[in-house]
Amino acid sequence: MKYLDEFKDPVVARRMIDDIVASATRRWTLMEVCGGQTHSIIRNGLDTLLADAVEFIHGPGCPVCVTPLEMIDRSLEIASRPGVIFCSFGDMLRVPGTDRDLFSVKAAGGDVRVVYSPLDAVNIASDHPEKQVVFFGVGFETTAPANAMAVVTARQRGLTNFSMLVSHVRVPPAITAIMSSPTTRVQGFLAAGHVCTVMGTSEYEPLVEQYRVPIVVTGFEPLDLLEGVRQTVALLEARTPALSNAYPRAVAPEGNPVAKKVLADVFEVCDRQWRGIGEIPASGWQLAPAWREYDASLRFDVEGIRTVEPEACHSGEVLQGLIKPNQCPSFGTACTPRTPLGATMVSAEGACAAYYEFRRLQVPTKVS
Amino acid sequence: MSEPDLPVAPVLPNVPVLPTVDVDTASVDIESWTCPVPLRHQDRIVLGHGGGGVLSGELIEHLFLPALGDATNAEMRDAAVLDAPAGGRLAFTTDSYVVSPLFFPGGSIGDLAVNGTINDLATSGAQPLALSAGFILEEGLETSVLGRVATAMGAAARAAGVRIVTGDTKVVDRGKADQLFVNTAGIGVVPDGVDIRPTRATPGDVVLVSGFVGEHGVAILSLREGIEFGTTLTSDTAPLHGLVLALLAAVPDVHVLRDPTRGGVAGTLCEIAEVAGVGIELEESAVPVPEAVAAACAFLGLDPLHVANEGKMVAILPGVHADAALAALQAHPLGTHAAIIGSVTDEHPGLLVARSPLGAGRVVSRPLGEQLPRIC
Amino acid sequence: MCLGIPGKVVRIWDDRGTPMADIDFGGAEKDVCLAYLPDLQVGDYTIVHAGFALTRLDEESAVASLEAFRELGMLEAELGITFPSSDGAQPTGEPQPGTGAQPGGGAPRDEGAQTA
Repeated sequence: MKYLDEFKDPVVARRMIDDIVASATRRWTLMEVCGGQTHSIIRNGLDTLLADAVEFIHGPGCPVCVTPLEMIDRSLEIASRPGVIFCSFGDMLRVPGTDRDLFSVKAAGGDVRVVYSPLDAVNIASDHPEKQVVFFGVGFETTAPANAMAVVTARQRGLTNFSMLVSHVRVPPAITAIMSSPTTRVQGFLAAGHVCTVMGTSEYEPLVEQYRVPIVVTGFEPLDLLEGVRQTVALLEARTPALSNAYPRAVAPEGNPVAKKVLADVFEVCDRQWRGIGEIPASGWQLAPAWREYDASLRFDVEGIRTVEPEACHSGEVLQGLIKPNQCPSFGTACTPRTPLGATMVSAEGACAAYYEFRRLQVPTKVS
Repeated sequence: MSEPDLPVAPVLPNVPVLPTVDVDTASVDIESWTCPVPLRHQDRIVLGHGGGGVLSGELIEHLFLPALGDATNAEMRDAAVLDAPAGGRLAFTTDSYVVSPLFFPGGSIGDLAVNGTINDLATSGAQPLALSAGFILEEGLETSVLGRVATAMGAAARAAGVRIVTGDTKVVDRGKADQLFVNTAGIGVVPDGVDIRPTRATPGDVVLVSGFVGEHGVAILSLREGIEFGTTLTSDTAPLHGLVLALLAAVPDVHVLRDPTRGGVAGTLCEIAEVAGVGIELEESAVPVPEAVAAACAFLGLDPLHVANEGKMVAILPGVHADAALAALQAHPLGTHAAIIGSVTDEHPGLLVARSPLGAGRVVSRPLGEQLPRIC
Repeated sequence: MCLGIPGKVVRIWDDRGTPMADIDFGGAEKDVCLAYLPDLQVGDYTIVHAGFALTRLDEESAVASLEAFRELGMLEAELGITFPSSDGAQPTGEPQPGTGAQPGGGAPRDEGAQTA
């Protein structure tokens, strides 16, 4: 695939790795904010190959994982109702709520469907006027334009049977939360490239100023990630915290102005719970008053569902790099990839899930 | 109550190794299927077609016999009687097919039902002797749909040189099945000296795959409501017993064969590593992934290693025979793109570790369940 | 988060007033909404997420980045170990002890579109 495969070139990657390791005078602690980047780092083993120069703390950037338990429980309640077609991105179906997931709702007779795009859910609503079609609108700023366009399109088509359960999260407040912790160990950030294709880069300038921390907008292929790391390490070595763009083929400083305009119209900023982490002020988006008729929480009256997150989960501390996953008392006992308590165990690429697999590596397997 | 049964072909002669013909079963014209002789309730399947009476008889005579049988079909029996093979051991398998949609680029549920069961036999080292076919039909199913499926099964069986010798049909109330389900069972003969089973994977073995991975799963996904996309990919459904024969001729000491269907190559290798108590190392860049599979997996967020195949096998055999095995596979039309993709090790027992093109290893888990598109 | 994949615009059309495009990712084509990139032209590359084209891929910038990456470390390579070329040729030297040589060197995976 053009503009993808070239950025995986292992020979160039090895040279970039050598270059980074040679340039680092010490081991720097970086956070890649985005779960897609975590996935690529682990898949390509960049964390191991760069271990002499960089320690990665995997950020909270998987929207599926950080969706609060309460929101999952609301989705389960709505999806269980008769006459509802509940549509979702595929990765939400396995995320456990308090006592089940969307797959079990489907097995129990709920009409739960996987879609690739929110517009597919709108089309299902057009095709099934007798049903209430609900889309589970999760995601960061990258996904928000798609979800916003779903309600815009529903209104254009005059659909009264479409609504959205919105649980959007925003990156900059999460970085603020991590950096304002007095104990944080993060020294530099790889900002999420695809978030910036939408939002541009200006939101990060105040963060660089306030926390004196380099933030480098970074892509997802191995060479993109290495370039992001290379620039961050260079800024750290030079003691010149700055905002930089290591993904210029995709990210313009202004982002996507059309998308930003629609987002500003459809959504408004709200406080948001992050699973296992807690509430981060101004870190979410909800439907703005003019669009609230499409809010599934109101339409199905599930706002009363309030779920308290389990106290036994320490993923907030893991995300700040304060404890290693295996130092959490629930690790591997109450909390496993099959029974996750918090965001970092929900996703296969989450720090706790990754540790769980690693631990398996060290335990001899019984021969059948 | 007597059950309607499919016709039984005359008893097969004892053929330890059947001649195989690799033909493109997809080229059989099943689109224009028409009922050869008028059936009562011609357009739709009714409950009575499963009742064992006249309607059942008509279905067998006018639909199943022409589609599945051949010129020598004359009897109708609940069980086929086959001569016991003179040597070797029997392999016996069963599998059910519930794929949706019933027809897809490159094949149909009928092709899968024949080839899938042949492949379960073939990857135990057996050459197939005969198959059974059991149908569960939903009341109201269009007869032409059943006709197309049965025609595809007959064509696939003939192309593979394997007969469908017994069968059964049931009809369930509308809504209690999704159009039609097929179960096929198969028996085959494992030649003397062949010992193929997952527990034989041994450190020092190499891992081969017989061709491009991911084609079937991606072709099916491209038709799913809510996911649809355009692709020229077609299902790779194919019977593998000829390929197995060619491999065994070159390398008799094959340790493990598996067809990586659901769960894909990764699921299959994880399972082998677990049951054999060995580690398996996979060289990710060596796995033959067609560009279109890579592209579809990229935008859907799937791993080609987890995507289903229906005409591929994974072979594990001693490292010294690696080149001979690869040459034998590549010389066969179904193995042109075969590749050596990994090795068996005594490190990390029970685990599959994939090595990235950069050299770093990661543990690959079995896929939890169905492959679903993701956003992150 | 946020799987974003580059693809090429092959056709632009309209679905009930919503601008749409067929995007080719290399043998797999997906219909994608162009509401946020109304100026996109056939032949352009775009990054797609959840069925939406989010940004026009700047091809000049892509080429420039690749060239810069390829030059990185070249000097060290010339002074020290011989590194294989990065443009798809077979590796001519051992890239890095302990990390395992890769067959095929830097060639991107491309077995070509095919249909078995």
